[in-house]
Amino acid sequence: MRALSRRKFLKGSGALIVGFSAAGLTARFVTIPGEAVAQGINGPGSNQLDSWIAIGADGNVTAYTGKCELGHGLYTAQTQLIAEELSVPFERVKLIQCDTAFTPDQGTTSGAQSHPTNFNQSNLALAGATAREALLARASTRLGVPVDQLGVKDGVISVKADPAKKVSYGELIGGRTFSMTLNPNAKRKPASEWTVLGKPIPRVEIPAIATGQFEYVHNVRVPGMVHGRVVRPPAVGATLVSVDESSVQGMPGVVKIVVKKNFVGVVAEKPWQAIQAANKLKVVWTPGSGLPNQGTFHEYLRNQKPTRDTFSVNSKDVDEKLASAARVVKATYHYPYQMHASFGSACAVADVQADKATIYSATQAVHPLKSTAAMVLGLKPESVRVIFKMGSGCYGVNGADTVSYDAALMSQAVGKPVRVQLARKDEMAWENYGVAFVIDQRAGLNADGTIVTWDYEAWTPTLGGRPGGNAPGNVVTGFLAGFEPQAFAARTPAPDPTNFGNGNNAVPSYVTGCVNGRCGGTGRVASQRVMTHDVKSPFFTGPLRSPARLQNTFAHESFMDEIAASLKADPVDFRLRHLSDPRLIEVVKSAAKTAKWDARPSPRSGIRRTGIASGRGMSCVLYEGDNGYCAMVAEVEVDQSTGKVSVKRLVLANDCGPISNPDGLRNQLEGGALHGVSRTLLEEVTWDDQKVTSIDWRTYHPLYLGPDVPKVETVLINQPGEKAMGSGETAVTVVAAAIANAIFDATGARLRQVPFTPERVKAALDARA
Amino acid sequence: MSTFNLKVNGRAHTVDVDPATPLLYVLSDDLELRGPKFGCGLGQCGSCAVIIKGEAVRSCVTPVSAVGASEITTLEGLGTLEKPHAIQKAFIDEQAMQCGFCVNGVVMTAKAFLDRKPKATETEILQAMSGVLCRCNTHVRMMRAIKRYQEVKS
Repeated sequence: MRALSRRKFLKGSGALIVGFSAAGLTARFVTIPGEAVAQGINGPGSNQLDSWIAIGADGNVTAYTGKCELGHGLYTAQTQLIAEELSVPFERVKLIQCDTAFTPDQGTTSGAQSHPTNFNQSNLALAGATAREALLARASTRLGVPVDQLGVKDGVISVKADPAKKVSYGELIGGRTFSMTLNPNAKRKPASEWTVLGKPIPRVEIPAIATGQFEYVHNVRVPGMVHGRVVRPPAVGATLVSVDESSVQGMPGVVKIVVKKNFVGVVAEKPWQAIQAANKLKVVWTPGSGLPNQGTFHEYLRNQKPTRDTFSVNSKDVDEKLASAARVVKATYHYPYQMHASFGSACAVADVQADKATIYSATQAVHPLKSTAAMVLGLKPESVRVIFKMGSGCYGVNGADTVSYDAALMSQAVGKPVRVQLARKDEMAWENYGVAFVIDQRAGLNADGTIVTWDYEAWTPTLGGRPGGNAPGNVVTGFLAGFEPQAFAARTPAPDPTNFGNGNNAVPSYVTGCVNGRCGGTGRVASQRVMTHDVKSPFFTGPLRSPARLQNTFAHESFMDEIAASLKADPVDFRLRHLSDPRLIEVVKSAAKTAKWDARPSPRSGIRRTGIASGRGMSCVLYEGDNGYCAMVAEVEVDQSTGKVSVKRLVLANDCGPISNPDGLRNQLEGGALHGVSRTLLEEVTWDDQKVTSIDWRTYHPLYLGPDVPKVETVLINQPGEKAMGSGETAVTVVAAAIANAIFDATGARLRQVPFTPERVKAALDARA
Repeated sequence: MSTFNLKVNGRAHTVDVDPATPLLYVLSDDLELRGPKFGCGLGQCGSCAVIIKGEAVRSCVTPVSAVGASEITTLEGLGTLEKPHAIQKAFIDEQAMQCGFCVNGVVMTAKAFLDRKPKATETEILQAMSGVLCRCNTHVRMMRAIKRYQEVKS
């Protein structure tokens, strides 16, 4: 609520004005301690057209966006959008992304929000439409012809009946400002007229990447730059006792040992020198605070107090319906902590001087980082500039923000620009993990095999998160440097929900989602209760591609299959009987049809209990309750002697509204699908009684290229008349359940704990009746 | 510190570094090359691969002192923006990447393997790539690009 009012307050400022508006800045920093602003929020943007679009004397278009390229094709798609709305060739649009000195504050590039935020009737798309109308209005005056008799092509407006009468954008406004606000009613170009948007335009960065020319944040080199290496505590909860600087005295290249509260870093002339010195530096720490036993961690979660309780829906008749049901089905699902584990460890370059700082960062959130880096450095926010440079794919809040603080702290201490790239272990042991979950599911069925009530109760740990605009302690470096993570606010009992939202997909697809008479769900079951207990996490946590949505969808879509199996119903048909949303129904049908789904109950008949067994499973979701439809069929083989699962084929159907770039969309869906395979079969954070032990690619297991990669087929459902939705997180969300359901179909064994390691699969196979 | 004369992408360079320095740091920091990248520093992901004597070598675990007079080829040594190498072109044509940070390892490993064994079977290619990581999970397109390169080569 508070964040919203601030956003309103900020709406008046423009791009260059946003960066330096005193009113805006004051408003941004009147914050509640511990409350992270801009946590997954889209930022205020700007209502000034000049903040988004500038037209040069040559008629070329420069557009400014606060949503950055993270490897998902957004830079190209946004360039297509502006080229389309302004009817200029793609090559004549230059997009400036995520630089606090130039681009509007659009908060964080996250949550599959970039497509809905910038491609609907707001922000960048609206700026494009407003600019086109403004240019047409000027041309109308200049040419003395009504707007409806004008046409636009390649940045030139001409009279339809007399094309010789024409004027270019450059002539109309080149080099001058529009000086107007966005027009909320500006008409977008209809998808039926698109010639650039909606086309599979190749991504602009790819040739430079393929030839080794692309400048990642890792390649930023600043004159006078030196190199920093962090020394993290050896255990969770350990604090600094002493640093013996003499232990590295005389080592080549060492510039300075930097200590700030529990933050320790070494700066040297060269990276290898910094690494050597950091390894040799004698640092004494207190013992760690101790970690709960991993083997019983899910029980630990369930028993944590206090909790923060949330009802997403509560029809208040669930107990009664369960009591009167013909039959009740129950199951419990477990999900581990997983990590972003970016391929390249996080890197940043900071140049901090006495009264100003410049930070090159792969952060998803340049404006929020500007605010929190200022807090870490003790500078005024207006003195900090954050410039986005692409990093290794992040999939959420990886080490990009924390390493930006690392570089900034060390640069401030030595008075020179400092580059820091984290060691693999320093990133993996301390990042903000995707959260573990324990989920209890119960469903009441009536005599004819229809679900009459659905009851969900979950426990999930939380600590820190995105730093937002005011909580640098939400990530490890800010915390070590003396800032507290966002406070854990306990709340029991949970208040009644006031409106329907399904941002975490805690509510299954098969209920009506009715709250206060408004029904936002996608299903038919009216009796429903969804209760989530957040508890304190021993590790930092934060959004990891499909945060909570994936974990919840694993539980919902596995449970739906278990219910169907208990009734000997076909899993697809049983889903369709309980769904009401036509677009969700369509993706389910489409995936099933493309996969040549063989309608029958699971498990398949005639299962032999030895050798290789094969089966298929279905899963579906409306991501975040309103942000992208996806259904998947997984086909697997299970080696019943070893428990090894091989995913052979994934077929998925996706509907994210109007498709901006079909090849980019396919790339996201394919990557999401395989990311899902990796997370379902392999990935799990591990720890001992003091520290995280999954700290490299031998202890944290990802899906490598090679023979274990399934075929992936994508079906794109284009909906030109609908709103743009997200798609980068849809596919990953449905994979775990699709695979679990396929394993069950193949073998009759049910996997309820991710990842499905051979040991767990073997145990489930051995437990078959 | 010791002086090393390196031949990189057909050019001679002299660097004065600690002999234990991994080759990667010399390439990316002393010579400011952008192809080879630090992914793990442990030889577990392929990010730092360069080609030496026809082999994809993990430069993050190869001391500069071990290279000797051998010619080192990096991703930027294969082709240019204007004239990409056939394998680079295959990756561009297939749009076979997302963040692209791993592309160096994928391209250099595949190129070294297929140049040595142009008629490798699909199973052999998969095996050869099985120590290379891509966290955006662009595996499907990457395999398509590698096969396209194999076809173009033959």
